[in-house]
Amino acid sequence: MLKVEDTQTPVEFSAALLEQFADFVSRYPEGKQKSALLPMLHAVQAEHGWLSAKAMDKVAEYLNIESIEVYEVATFYTMYFLRPQGKYVLEVCRTGPCCLVGAEKIMDHIEQTLGVKEGEVTADGLFSWRGVECLAACGFGPVLQIGPEYTFYEKLTPESVDRLVSDLKAKANN
Amino acid sequence: MGRKLLLEHINVPGINTLEVYRQKGGYAAMEKALKTLTPDEVVEEVKKSGLRGRGGAGFPTGMKWSFLAKPEGVPRYLVCNADESEPGTFKDRYLMTHIPHLLIEGMIIASFALGAKTSYIYVRGEMMPQIRILERAIAEAKNAGFLGKNILGTGYDLELYVQPGGGAYICGEETALIESLEGKRGNPRIKPPFPAIAGLYGCPTVVNNVESIAATVPIIRDGGDEYAKIGIGRSTGTKLISAGGNLVKPGVYEIELGVPVEEFIYSDEYCGGIANGKRLKAVVAGGSSVPILPANLILKTIEGNARVMSYEGLSEGGFVSGTMMGSGGFIAFDEDQCIVRNTWNFTRFYHHESCGQCSPCREGTGWMEKVLHRLEMGHGKMSDMDLLVDVSKKIEGNTICPLGDAAAWPVASAIRHFRDEFEWHVTNGAEAVSHNYGLAHYADPLPKPEAAV
Repeated sequence: MLKVEDTQTPVEFSAALLEQFADFVSRYPEGKQKSALLPMLHAVQAEHGWLSAKAMDKVAEYLNIESIEVYEVATFYTMYFLRPQGKYVLEVCRTGPCCLVGAEKIMDHIEQTLGVKEGEVTADGLFSWRGVECLAACGFGPVLQIGPEYTFYEKLTPESVDRLVSDLKAKANN
Repeated sequence: MGRKLLLEHINVPGINTLEVYRQKGGYAAMEKALKTLTPDEVVEEVKKSGLRGRGGAGFPTGMKWSFLAKPEGVPRYLVCNADESEPGTFKDRYLMTHIPHLLIEGMIIASFALGAKTSYIYVRGEMMPQIRILERAIAEAKNAGFLGKNILGTGYDLELYVQPGGGAYICGEETALIESLEGKRGNPRIKPPFPAIAGLYGCPTVVNNVESIAATVPIIRDGGDEYAKIGIGRSTGTKLISAGGNLVKPGVYEIELGVPVEEFIYSDEYCGGIANGKRLKAVVAGGSSVPILPANLILKTIEGNARVMSYEGLSEGGFVSGTMMGSGGFIAFDEDQCIVRNTWNFTRFYHHESCGQCSPCREGTGWMEKVLHRLEMGHGKMSDMDLLVDVSKKIEGNTICPLGDAAAWPVASAIRHFRDEFEWHVTNGAEAVSHNYGLAHYADPLPKPEAAV
């Protein structure tokens, strides 16, 4: 499950991305540029949707560290996608407090509405979904977030999920 | 109405901007610290305030600061722990969203006290909107001359950066957070050395929770002695409580430490009672790691006294009949909730979040999850409860960091207080899948313990 994918397709980073990299690296003392790794991976994922092995190799090259140092970080943290996802990834909190107020029903509803199981991508490439652990919004549950901006949607009901899905579909088709 | 030190102006429109924050007296404490106090005097005020770490451990902040090593020519760092990941806790997100300058002002005060010239706010990666809010606020503060070189002409320099995490509960543990900030996996370090001696990049480092840092603002503004007058006993000041679960008004509340639990749950000033007219079954009072208590023990101590929201009040009775303040993540369970299912859910969380370094935690959390799952699904055995307690005891105290304890306590306490509900899941397996055990006797008044003979 945690293996890195796509070791072949070459990856190009945009000028805007490289500019962000330089800004990140400037935040740490000389020689401690590896500290920029987590923010850089977020930025790459925001631009490319996920982290391929080639993309991670390029990050390693930029930071002058070994590829394995990037892989071990990307596989440790849950926010990094190691395989392609839907354009919108619905990440629903599945931890205790949200379950007290109906998170499990919301996940069932999302599975039915999208017609795909957790971790799978819809045929049109627009959506995937997964349960994630506590998002620190327990007073406003059930909640879900959508990257790369990680906008929160709170106090979810089946109706509000339906509205969200149709809004996102409309947004994607415009 | 209790006094508000952190959230006093939370509902003022535009309080997230520097302009409005300053109109409400913001950055005056920072100016007072930098212009009229020495770093040691700032530490002294925080010591006098009695402020205890608001992230969960409750260690006195001023004392933590005074342990910081100060070798010549070595940089020192302040890192704010905004990784808020303890299930049930969402106060830091709330504070950073609505009043980001309070944290930034606190960071300047604390950095000055510690002699840090570069400080970081490590925010969990999922809080990207809050990261943007903080970055905007930092830019405003820098424009106003509150950050950067020669702040307010005092000669003090400070750069402040926001660092995102990558999604890992363990990074709320301070040494794991430091590892993560260095661009590595969040594996906690063996202590000693403590971060105060060798932390970020091997340099002396203090890691403090968002709320602890924010609390230094009213402490410096009013003086440590004034702050210490609020609260009860060794629980001084105010505390942000994240109230969630089955409550009429879940949300973030600032309480003066010492408020009775019953008042907090039922009064209109706070949570307004249990949602949908249901009855209270149980409470996890300080985030998912702390022992769960049935309604009767959270409202009253075993001695029959009203239990109060303070470090000592919540822990009265020890782990036999009490719990902990923890991070202030207050989760209320109504009569329809299943304690077995919730215990399984929490244990799955700890299994998922175990970094895997220590075998007792890596393996033990997985085994507990499996056993709890079979109990929840109605396939458990009567011996499972003792098995779970046994596994939890073998995790507790046998790991590098407190995640092991955090995983063990909810299981041990759920079985201690709700054993008959677990047994019912074994004896009535088929029934347990379709409906819940209900309130049973968990809200009944407890008999006063016999006086020791």
